[in-house]
Amino acid sequence: MSEALTTTLAKPTLKDKTAVLEGLGDHPAVKAIARWNLEALTDAKFEFGELTLTIAAEKLSVALATLQTAGYNFFEDMTAVDWFPASPRFQLSYQLLSHALKEYVRVRVLLDEADPSVESITPLWPAANFYEREVFDLFGIRFDGHPNLRRILLPDEFTGHPLRKDYPVEGYR
Amino acid sequence: MTESAGMPILEAAEGARDQHMVINMGPQHPATHGVLRLVLEIDGEIVVRIYPEIGYLHTGIEKTCEAKFYQQVVPLTDRINYLDPLSNNLCYALAVEKLLGLEIPAKATWMRVLMAELSRLNSHLIWLGTHAMDIGALTVFLYTFREREEILRLFEAVAGQRMMLSYIRIGGLSLEPPLDFLDRVQGFIQTFPEKIDEYANLLTGNPIFRNRLKGVGYLSAADAIALGVTGPPLRASGVDFDLRRDIPYCGYEKFKFAVPVSTDGDCWARYEVRLVEMRESVKIIQQVLDGMPEGPVKADAPKIVLPDREKMKTQMEALIHHFKIVTEGFEVPAGEVYQGIEAGHGQTGYYVVSDGTAKPYRVHMRYPSFATLQALETMCKGRMLADVVAVIGSIDIVLGEIDR
Repeated sequence: MSEALTTTLAKPTLKDKTAVLEGLGDHPAVKAIARWNLEALTDAKFEFGELTLTIAAEKLSVALATLQTAGYNFFEDMTAVDWFPASPRFQLSYQLLSHALKEYVRVRVLLDEADPSVESITPLWPAANFYEREVFDLFGIRFDGHPNLRRILLPDEFTGHPLRKDYPVEGYR
Repeated sequence: MTESAGMPILEAAEGARDQHMVINMGPQHPATHGVLRLVLEIDGEIVVRIYPEIGYLHTGIEKTCEAKFYQQVVPLTDRINYLDPLSNNLCYALAVEKLLGLEIPAKATWMRVLMAELSRLNSHLIWLGTHAMDIGALTVFLYTFREREEILRLFEAVAGQRMMLSYIRIGGLSLEPPLDFLDRVQGFIQTFPEKIDEYANLLTGNPIFRNRLKGVGYLSAADAIALGVTGPPLRASGVDFDLRRDIPYCGYEKFKFAVPVSTDGDCWARYEVRLVEMRESVKIIQQVLDGMPEGPVKADAPKIVLPDREKMKTQMEALIHHFKIVTEGFEVPAGEVYQGIEAGHGQTGYYVVSDGTAKPYRVHMRYPSFATLQALETMCKGRMLADVVAVIGSIDIVLGEIDR
């Protein structure tokens, strides 16, 4: 029986920051970040045909503003991943889209378990408003400077953050 | 009003405290297309602020996904946007296939395009019927549901289900389409353009419909981008972007179709854009029918795709694979992917994170209505209260995909 898993992705996988800077130095997002502040770029990878840039948490909104100026004009999605019990525990993934370049880029931020918070990007994209409320609601990550940081999907009196990995799928809390 | 009642913005604007009134619209309201609740601050009949209160349909689908095998998530996706089920299936399947590096046979890809376009027609027909009904044109609803019934029968023919198809699976399709299926689709699209003319005859020249939509709910291109609006409302605001054409997925680059754009940015523009989109979908379906390749509809990956029933009963290996997939699932390489597609309502995206096991570590769905709802206030501010109904109809929201 054949294993028939043929990879269809044309571009090779780039595992770390140095490889991405070498292999994708011409990529508009990589170029913009490199010109702005290479220190803030803590990691990068190119996998499954998608570019992921990991940015230091305190530099997030400046990095996203840099990408916005570089042509990534559309905020498509933002969500979190809980890597419990690993540390840093939380990951925020921002998907940006460029209408002109016809391309996505993912920006990733890692946050510690104790008091996870990051700057709100609603001044850059008002669209992030609901998304940040959703992550606040389901993961308990705070967004400083958000105009209305309240639970969005769950009732206000709800306790706990269901999408955290230490929250059970069934049974009692 | 206390804080726990969920109305924190109801501190009226400065200086106008006495004149402003706060009213509640929904969650049980026929024009909110589900269980949307709006808290409206109005000055006489003029809308000052809108505060959407959502979550009434929240079922925690993203959490449920983490406890299921990859293939068990497919039926959950149907239930998110229940008016456009195949786009959900397609988006999820494409995301997982990207992680797996799975090659999909040509016939399955073409069938997926065909089904996604039928699903888009289904979604647009419901939008047109309910939108017109909100405005007061009841007849159109009966006509669009007549055609929708045809589409649902086609769905039933391929998948045995009318609404929650789960027809597009990881690795291809669930079943071969029946032998007369393509002829039936041909029969449907032969007459469908005339039906669109029929709707246009009922609505485009209708003075009440025109007056209720023209110049109502204006959204500029800059606002649309800032507020995350996608799909027909984005194109009606003058942004020429369609994922099917600009970042093609699932073989859309093989098909020729126009992307309608309008610069008016009002409810009328959204109506016109969607009508043209329906005609373009018919063109895509015709191209699929003309060039449908032969071959299997499932990828040659026995450890991922369930074997045919016939093989399972005659071949030992097929039986073993079936047992393994059903009881243990299949492992997906670790990594994270984001797959965006152009669904009926706008850009849908699935963000799937795998840790190398048979269950997804995290599945996040980006659904267009969730973002588009944020633009409601911008579109309705300073307009009459009655226009809110027209605007909600024109952005075509489904609460299932907002609350998930």
